[in-house]
Amino acid sequence: MEISITVNGEDYRRDVEPRLLLVHLLRDKLRLTGTHWGCDTSNCGVCVVLLDGVPVKSCTVLAVMASGRQVRTVEGLERSDGLDPVQQGFIDRHGLQCGFCTSGMMMTARWLLDHNPDPSEREIREAISGQVCRCTGYENIVRSVRRAAELEAGS
Amino acid sequence: MQVPAQFEYERASSVEHAIALLARHGPEARVLAGGHSLIPMMKLRLAEPETLIDINDLSELAEIEVQGDELCIGAMARHADLLASEVAGSHYPILHDAEHVIADPVVRNRGTVGGSVCQADPSEDLSAAFAAIQATAVIQGADGTRTVSMREFFTGPYDTVVGPAELLVQLRVPIHPDGGSAYVKVERRVGDWPVAAVGAALRLGRRNKITDAGIGMTAVGAAHFVAAEAEAYLRGKPATEEHFAKAGEIAAAHCNPSADQRGPVDYKRHLAGELTRRALRGAAERAMARAV
Ligand SMILES: Cc1cc2nc3c(=O)[nH]c(=O)nc-3n(C[C@H](O)[C@H](O)[C@H](O)COP(=O)(O)OP(=O)(O)OC[C@H]3O[C@@H](n4cnc5c(N)ncnc54)[C@H](O)[C@@H]3O)c2cc1C
Ligand code: FES
Ligand code: FES
Repeated sequence: MEISITVNGEDYRRDVEPRLLLVHLLRDKLRLTGTHWGCDTSNCGVCVVLLDGVPVKSCTVLAVMASGRQVRTVEGLERSDGLDPVQQGFIDRHGLQCGFCTSGMMMTARWLLDHNPDPSEREIREAISGQVCRCTGYENIVRSVRRAAELEAGS
Repeated sequence: MQVPAQFEYERASSVEHAIALLARHGPEARVLAGGHSLIPMMKLRLAEPETLIDINDLSELAEIEVQGDELCIGAMARHADLLASEVAGSHYPILHDAEHVIADPVVRNRGTVGGSVCQADPSEDLSAAFAAIQATAVIQGADGTRTVSMREFFTGPYDTVVGPAELLVQLRVPIHPDGGSAYVKVERRVGDWPVAAVGAALRLGRRNKITDAGIGMTAVGAAHFVAAEAEAYLRGKPATEEHFAKAGEIAAAHCNPSADQRGPVDYKRHLAGELTRRALRGAAERAMARAV
């Protein structure tokens, strides 16, 4: 069926099967491969994107459910004047190793800072608690989000 | 890669439209709320509906508010909405206790209150919470609405009284100024389904006499998610540790857990008793704090 969807501010129209998952629409049809696809069981969180501004696991959302709605992926983080503070925070505090979890972590971090510009360590850990990182032990992810908050407060 | 079987997709624009679509597409059609139980089941081909009726546009079903002396929670309220709702938390802290430990924040952004109870998973947390606080389900069909006590809502694992052409629209809970409530859960890791969990709601009269007790249990095979014998034992008795411990023993003896990857029967039965005691203690403390 015909869907129309706005991803990172751009409108797309596609003819898709209702059973196509949002993560596969993004990766395979729109070639936005920054959103990753891991467990396929709504547990790991590497597929997190913002749907109408809210973090969701895109392996558990049908593409047709997102029709007429706004999606934001990691490709949409960068601003016209440079990197998003969240991206800069992950660079400054070495918030990734292999990078597989990173796009999902950054989308949730973006949402968190939009709602809570000065999150505590506990609040950051709570926000990303549905997302798995196999490399960093989370310490540097938490530091990266704190760094992003500082960058935003300073700018 | 897990791919659901093929199906047709329809998007409902109102409650009436959803009900008409359900009627038109017949018993092989399913309501699609947050999709966080249904889509995983479809990926595993445990569910193969012919049509999905998406009700995510029905924002009129997402309200959480007080009407008269009842707390009313729309079926499409997301877990995150219930967790953020001050009215829900002030009248029924049990709901915040439970929501805080259901899945993870991202899943909670999507999963709905209505989808949770309609899923009727034997380990669903909200089923126990709503059983404890003696909520009523409002169900709408072509001929209007009917109400069913949450204690008669579940007809078996993954089965409820909601008919194929009906929609759960709301849960209603009577507000009791003399009441307190709490929910406690043991999980293997953050965000997991419960090994066992218990919710309790108490109303206290003079000298802390228990005038009404509700105990909901999940993941331990309690009939209708209720510890009826323990509730009956507590009514009319003073709210004391001794009575809570005894109620826990009764609840543990009457539930029927089964062994699985989350633990053996003995362990779950032990948890059922201990968590009943802790939930009752928490509920009583909150009721007493409101009374002073
Ligand atoms: C990773 C993960 C972890 C989880 N952990 C927990 C946990 O710890 N505890 C817990 O209790 N739950 C947990 N859940 C389950 C989750 O809370 C619920 O199953 C989920 O939110 C169901 O709601 P939904 O809106 O997604 O329902 P859906 O998946 O859309 O629907 C579920 C069922 O209910 C029916 N339905 C939905 N809404 C209605 C309605 N209004 N009227 C009639 N029928 C309806 C559907 O047709 C379907 O059969 C977890 C889920 C995931 C993915
Ligand atoms: S791929 Fe979506 S949660 Fe793991
Ligand atoms: S950086 Fe490798 S999984 Fe997180």
